[in-house]
Amino acid sequence: MGAGIFDVIGPVMVGPSSSHTAGAVRIGAIANKICGGIPARVDFYLHGSFAETYRGHGTDNALVGGILGMSPSDERLRNSFQYAREQGLDFSFHTIDLGDVHPNTIKIVMHARDGVIHEVIGSSIGGGSVLINSVDNARVEFSGKYPTIFISHEDKPGLIARVTSLFADQGINIAFLKVFRYSRGSDATMLIETDVHIPADLIYAIEKLADIKKVMYIDEIHS
Amino acid sequence: MFQYNKAAELISLCTSFKMPLPEVIIQAEMEESGMNRDDIWMVMSERFDIMKISIANGVEKELKSKGGLIGGNARKLYLNLNSALSGKTVTKAVSYALAVTEVNASMGKIVASPTAGSSGILPGVLVALAQDYNYPLEKLLEALFIAAGLGRIIAINATLSGAEGGCQAECGSASAMAAASATYLVGGSPEQCFNAAAMALKGLLGLVCDPVAGLVEVPCSKRNATSTANALICADMSIAGIQSFIPFDEVVEAMHRVGQLMSPDLRETARGGCAAVPTALKYEKTMKK
Repeated sequence: MGAGIFDVIGPVMVGPSSSHTAGAVRIGAIANKICGGIPARVDFYLHGSFAETYRGHGTDNALVGGILGMSPSDERLRNSFQYAREQGLDFSFHTIDLGDVHPNTIKIVMHARDGVIHEVIGSSIGGGSVLINSVDNARVEFSGKYPTIFISHEDKPGLIARVTSLFADQGINIAFLKVFRYSRGSDATMLIETDVHIPADLIYAIEKLADIKKVMYIDEIHS
Repeated sequence: MFQYNKAAELISLCTSFKMPLPEVIIQAEMEESGMNRDDIWMVMSERFDIMKISIANGVEKELKSKGGLIGGNARKLYLNLNSALSGKTVTKAVSYALAVTEVNASMGKIVASPTAGSSGILPGVLVALAQDYNYPLEKLLEALFIAAGLGRIIAINATLSGAEGGCQAECGSASAMAAASATYLVGGSPEQCFNAAAMALKGLLGLVCDPVAGLVEVPCSKRNATSTANALICADMSIAGIQSFIPFDEVVEAMHRVGQLMSPDLRETARGGCAAVPTALKYEKTMKK
């Protein structure tokens, strides 16, 4: 929890639980952005405390609402299943053991309308805050509190400097920068979180750089 | 300039700048967040509006909670207001606190204050006092800023999370925040506000977080009720001149240490306390089917 007075008197949210409801909406909403909109079908795999108590906390309504793009304070969350049917979203819930992860963790598998399958793993870490741990099988770590750009690229020298200099040219401050890779010279991912929105031309410029495979922009999730 | 981490610092800022307590808290938030005064005021005013709406919804409607364990209690108590042993204002505040928890448990919109599980206490106290004593909106919002600044001190020096500190960190903190707000509304000094909060938090020290089946229903809802009455009683004691022997900052320190000593079974895991008795376990079994 932050130390601002509106973290104390707030957030405004739909109950009953900041971790099991508000956090679940947030993970769903991030998954929606990764999928590029509402998918045709989604499977939720719930782990730990999520698996044990999801019905009583409305975690199921919350996740579906998030996938539909609702925010944690959206009063339609209670009836999200009905909205899902109206939007042609097919969904189901499963319980799973994901091993040694945070007790409130979920794996979301989405079939986008263009046939592409996206997979997101995230944890609700308390107070409505979340941490996304994996996107499309690539290891990541971001909260969705900031505009986030997710880049998969070749593991080559100088690439990080080329990307960050594009941010510098536009005067955009990088709040957090994280890099991950599986092994030397293999696929790598870069995560950049900023204080301000990232303009489309900057995303385009990154996409045009050599050795970049994929760029994904995930806008911040409001309460 | 206005930074504070302890109640003692906040009170000395009031003295050195000759500024009322809520104003110091607002000035500090302006410094920290970069927001201007009008925007901060507006956000707080919107949050107060949502508190009032959730109370109205909870008292008028018989809401059914997601887990099915609570609902309709706010209305029952409200209808019994005129014959209540503990007096009209206290009973009204308690009924309103129950209302917010019932809205929360039925997937309605609330303001976490400081958490969803303890979201009834502060709105219950403020709205009941507003109705029974006709305080102007400005004064009510000032009282809300005091609650926020006081909660911030607890967040910095201890915790507001049941998983970390037990229910004392949630309902205990909310009760302390509400006690300070109520004390301010009846004309208490900054010292009297924190004195009331110290007594309120002491009264709930050691309270465990033991939600039946892990849900925010039992005993959470009724703990909001008793914590609300606790807040009003401590405000009355402070205004009457009764002193807390332990100052607020040290009570917060004590709460933090008690939380650390608490078994994880008693910190939101639903493995101890009320969550581990036969009635709770029987319910848990039927719910999972």
